[in-house]
Amino acid sequence: MRLDPRISQTLMKTLLWTLTGFTLFILVFIIVTISIKGLPQVTPAFLLQEPMDMGRAGGIFSTIVSTIYVTVLAILLASPLGVGSAIYLTEYTREGWVTRIIRFGSECLAGVPSIILGLFGFVLFVMKLGFGWSILSGGLTLAIMVLPIIIRTSEEAIKAVPQEYRLVCYSLGLGKWQTITRIVLPSALPGISTGIMLSVGRSLGETAVLLFTAGAALRTPLSLFDSGRTMAVHFYILAREGISMPNAYGTAAILMISILLINVVAYSLMQHLMKRYS
Amino acid sequence: MKKELFIERVLFFLALSSIGSLLLITVFIFLEGVPLIAHTGLDNFLFSSHWAPTRGHFGILAMIISSVFVTLGAMVLGVPLGLACAIVLAEFSPQPVKTVLKPTLELLAGIPSVVYGFLGVVWLVPLIRDYLGGPGLSLLAAAVILGIMILPTVISISIDALSAVPDLYRDGSIALGATNWQTVRRVVLPAASSGIITAVILGMGRAIGETMAVIMVAGNALKIPTSILDPVRTLTSNIALELAYATGRHREALFATGIVLFIIIMILNLTATVITRRR
Amino acid sequence: MQYYRHAVDGRPGFDRMAKIPKYTYPNLRGFSSFRRCSILVLALACLLVWACLVGCGQKKSSENICIAGSTSVQPFAEKLAEEYMREHPRMRIDIQGGGSSAGVLAAQQGVADLGASSRELTPEEKKLQEIPIAYDGIAIIVNKVNPLNNLSLEQIRQIFQAKITNWSAFGQAPHPIHVITREEGSGTRNAFEELVMGEHAEISPVALVQDSNGSVREIVANDPYAMGYISMGLVDPRVKAVAVDGVPPTRQTVKSGKYKLVRRFLLVAKELQPGPCNAFVNYILSPEGQSLLESEGLVGVGD
Repeated sequence: MRLDPRISQTLMKTLLWTLTGFTLFILVFIIVTISIKGLPQVTPAFLLQEPMDMGRAGGIFSTIVSTIYVTVLAILLASPLGVGSAIYLTEYTREGWVTRIIRFGSECLAGVPSIILGLFGFVLFVMKLGFGWSILSGGLTLAIMVLPIIIRTSEEAIKAVPQEYRLVCYSLGLGKWQTITRIVLPSALPGISTGIMLSVGRSLGETAVLLFTAGAALRTPLSLFDSGRTMAVHFYILAREGISMPNAYGTAAILMISILLINVVAYSLMQHLMKRYS
Repeated sequence: MKKELFIERVLFFLALSSIGSLLLITVFIFLEGVPLIAHTGLDNFLFSSHWAPTRGHFGILAMIISSVFVTLGAMVLGVPLGLACAIVLAEFSPQPVKTVLKPTLELLAGIPSVVYGFLGVVWLVPLIRDYLGGPGLSLLAAAVILGIMILPTVISISIDALSAVPDLYRDGSIALGATNWQTVRRVVLPAASSGIITAVILGMGRAIGETMAVIMVAGNALKIPTSILDPVRTLTSNIALELAYATGRHREALFATGIVLFIIIMILNLTATVITRRR
Repeated sequence: MQYYRHAVDGRPGFDRMAKIPKYTYPNLRGFSSFRRCSILVLALACLLVWACLVGCGQKKSSENICIAGSTSVQPFAEKLAEEYMREHPRMRIDIQGGGSSAGVLAAQQGVADLGASSRELTPEEKKLQEIPIAYDGIAIIVNKVNPLNNLSLEQIRQIFQAKITNWSAFGQAPHPIHVITREEGSGTRNAFEELVMGEHAEISPVALVQDSNGSVREIVANDPYAMGYISMGLVDPRVKAVAVDGVPPTRQTVKSGKYKLVRRFLLVAKELQPGPCNAFVNYILSPEGQSLLESEGLVGVGD
């Protein structure tokens, strides 16, 4: 029985909108649950106190510090490598087998599951190189994880800079490197910053890698060689062992808010810088 | 001029960093894992379901099957939902709705995987246990959670694929008298098929590689699952559970499991690249 | 500072030199905003690195101990560490989990200063120095609503072997028993296998596996049909610990020896030299440390 196309369209549209509504419901459910149960926990005391009694009492200050340390270290290590690679790929070579291999390597690296990175980081940095469970091991492994993101976004950003800019610079007598540092990179800054923000967001939620490289120490790390648990790891331990549900929800709420804020900041930064440079 | 050459050399070495780290990881994993595969024999490793590493048995069949089933389940749940959302967002929604919904769905991508796992344990597992049976920590729970987790990937790549279809196609189809839905089904979707297949494959890669959420909801039992309510242990959970204390042959076995995972994901990525290249 | 050699009107000659700008202090005005940005970032990075290195030096002088291993020992070690750090503010004691085998491995490789184990050392591991710090029982736990109160050792063995699979065997409404065990590297699991399963019985592969005492307890607390085993010191009001062969698991029965499922908590080290580690271990073995452990539900080594 052939349905009138208008009827089948109505049917399909209803079905599709229902499915979309269901997806949105799931998303809203997740965010609302975490917010309702977690936001009441987020007080200044919660944010500024160290965890006590294995996380049952106290706050999450040490985890916030550890998260910042690990993320900053990872970004500091990955950005020069990533942006440098992107510059090389776009400015200094033509499309050939070299660029294809490098790009393939970067794509494959992006696809490596986080547990394998955790395995690699654990055996190489924690055990073989003797760094132990530390911010250093965590940051190094995390840097490898975010490197492809930075390469990809930086490449897109640099490619998007109009060729006219470069031609004008060359015609004025600037060298290649001068062109890049003075004109191309500043113009590509919105895209590169977005890439860095994306990496920060990604590393905030990362647990598998950091549990095995940075460890799960409760105190605030004071040096690169100290162990420290990030917010995501702290949340995982609290939730899994049922140590303190309110604190777990509170940590999750802060995590979600931070990631949300970073996305919003990345977006507005991109808008602002685009206005400035174009 | 010399300075330019020097800078070029430096940048070349920086560019090698990405492929360098990939090589480092690959070489490391293979170096550590291959001796074990040689020791137990490839068919014994892949096709035996007896995993008792402290007693010398290294068969990962149960975990391969579990990973496959969990991923398939995630696909069954995630792809239709994701595709529906993408079609609605790209084709059927007016602009204001689009500008609100698209960033909201990207928000889903930002939620950490452990939060998904936690909510699964708190909400989904009791539901399964009370209404469907079994311990609740099961293949079904893992598949549902993973299905939700791959939604952002599938949705955003599908939306890009659908938006990339030129409006000319749609206009032509409508000019010939087709309804919107007929256009989508018979013109836009086939035109965007390579992008959508890429989205599905990348979603699959994400599902196979997920660890933390799966450990929390899957139960981690060592048996080959016979029903969707059975607890399962995937390849990734196995590595995570045993990593901290494995030594010697046991650790090599974990690296060998990593090799298997690696190869599966490389194949998936290559397929996705080839498909996008062909178009 | 720059000055121009070539003349204003094109003829070379230093009599026609153009103005030499007077000395200006170095500033960043001439640099592009990108350069300024990158210099700032570089400066911040140097600051961070310097701060960390200083902290690193401080780490050595502030005496850092890393303890890794058994999730059974972990909460007690944390309590002890908190007390100890209160009395010695310059000390810093980090406690990682991972399981007993992970802790012994970490101690062996020198990654951790002390390993915490809740099982006896294997012959290969006996090379390490072992320091018993407490006795702990293994409690068999079921959900609070479960009417079960007592099990024989044989029954426990058969349940975990999956020979008894249904609660109907104990006179309850028929429902499959959800058996939960620990991962293979767990000291609690090893001790359980030694004390309950024995040489010839194996824990069934259909058992759910969790990687810490806390998560086992969490699952049993939420599932009315579950059964698992955890460290006795970690039993809380959300789960019920059943009696084994008529003997309930309490501090007294463990101390008197009537409760049979008892194992030692050990700290292992490659070589205990005099220093912060030694001081902490001495604190644990002192009457103060032992009474802290006893107040938490363990039995001290003195008895």
